[in-house]
Amino acid sequence: MADQAPLICRDIYKTFAQLEVLKGISLETKKGDVISLIGSSGSGKSTFLRCINLLETPTSGDIIVHGDPIRFTNNRKGERIPADNKQVELIRAKLSMVFQSFNLWSHMTVLENITEAPINVLKVPKKEAIERAEAYLNKVGIYERKDYYPAQMSGGQQQRAAIARALAMEPEVMLFDEPTSALDPELVGEVLKVMQSLAEEGRTMIVVTHEMAFAKDVSTQVLFLHQGVIEEQGTPEKVFDHPDSERMKQFLAPKF
Amino acid sequence: MFDLKGYGPELLSGAVVTIELAFLSLALALALGLIGAAAKLSNSRVAVGIATAYTTLIRGVPDLVMMLLFYYGGQVGVNMLSDYIWETYEVDFFFQFNPFISGVVTIGLIFGAYMTETFRGAFLAVETGQIEAARAYGFSNWHTFRRVMVPQMLRHALPGIGNNWQVLLKTTALVSIIGLTDMVRVAEEAAKAERMPFHFFIPVAFVYLALTAGSELFIKWLDKRANAGVIQES
Repeated sequence: MADQAPLICRDIYKTFAQLEVLKGISLETKKGDVISLIGSSGSGKSTFLRCINLLETPTSGDIIVHGDPIRFTNNRKGERIPADNKQVELIRAKLSMVFQSFNLWSHMTVLENITEAPINVLKVPKKEAIERAEAYLNKVGIYERKDYYPAQMSGGQQQRAAIARALAMEPEVMLFDEPTSALDPELVGEVLKVMQSLAEEGRTMIVVTHEMAFAKDVSTQVLFLHQGVIEEQGTPEKVFDHPDSERMKQFLAPKF
Repeated sequence: MFDLKGYGPELLSGAVVTIELAFLSLALALALGLIGAAAKLSNSRVAVGIATAYTTLIRGVPDLVMMLLFYYGGQVGVNMLSDYIWETYEVDFFFQFNPFISGVVTIGLIFGAYMTETFRGAFLAVETGQIEAARAYGFSNWHTFRRVMVPQMLRHALPGIGNNWQVLLKTTALVSIIGLTDMVRVAEEAAKAERMPFHFFIPVAFVYLALTAGSELFIKWLDKRANAGVIQES
């Protein structure tokens, strides 16, 4: 039980109308893995991440979270849907997501943003949830902003608050969907630094990113996606320094 | 001192009727508006159909016609139902469709249709990312609705609600036509009897003005609270 894989995805396909976005992606994590998903826009990396916590329902394939396979069924139109919404809610609570555009709830203060899900979804007592939230706010370095509303903070601070919100769920796996892509260049560093410290603590993370330096220095494994398939996969040294795939070489080539 | 020729207490109780009528109709209209908006935004074709029929019908018919229809038609309907129940089940069931109930039902139904549109637009204005974040953190549909969608929607809905409320308040004057002794009805009788229209209608106008002005302040206060997390550009 102790060493059960936090997350296994097997042969994930996703089709939107006629467009086949994912063509059989598999991934297996060990505890403490930091997996970077890289690739050009439209390669399917964000869609794959959204399939993991069922924000999109995969057309086929299995998702197993800590030994618990997600059950699917078909609706009247023959589309695949999750069989049990309660199970989906439970699984989502174990996979917290950090979004590109932060998506902090704008009508709640930072502290309320962080305690909302632990109190109402995980049923953590309020006092404990607040203590937990304050500890994580300290960790991401914005404790003094806990009573601010999201709109009163910079993008970097908002994203750090969103990371604290994800941490407060004490998740099995953290999913990052291009966490620095919406930030001004000078704010990217503060968010990457927080993410690096999380990786060093041994948290299991899956990161969709365009930050090649982060992927190279922090990840334990890199997946390069191209047109819905994994083109190249392995340690950062292998993927960045000795890629087999022609596409990966082109992707890494200096652009100007 | 302003002399109301002994009509003062009656005018006052008329004003109370107006206010009761307005608040009860508002409660009904808000409830119908939320249900209507939820129905219009649902995936069920039947629910969308019913809600669309409701808003189209109500918004297309004059308020006065609706009110007469409900008052006179409503009683006939109750009578028919009562006869039917007596004949089939031998149970004595009857109630008088009084002007107050007809007023609340009619005004509530009319403004429920306008509220439906206000709420629908407001729900659509909530950013999808906010709802997605709720889903991604394991919120149930109901929890997402209550803790994220409704508070965020209110910010967009409040100006529309305030507007509807003011029109609703003034629409209550129509009930004097179906014989409810609201403040307008009392003033009308007094003005006729005393041949002093200004003397009675101007105070009534001021009561309406005071009510609408007061509610405008209240709505402003609510608006400020609902916009707490939003940077105001001014």
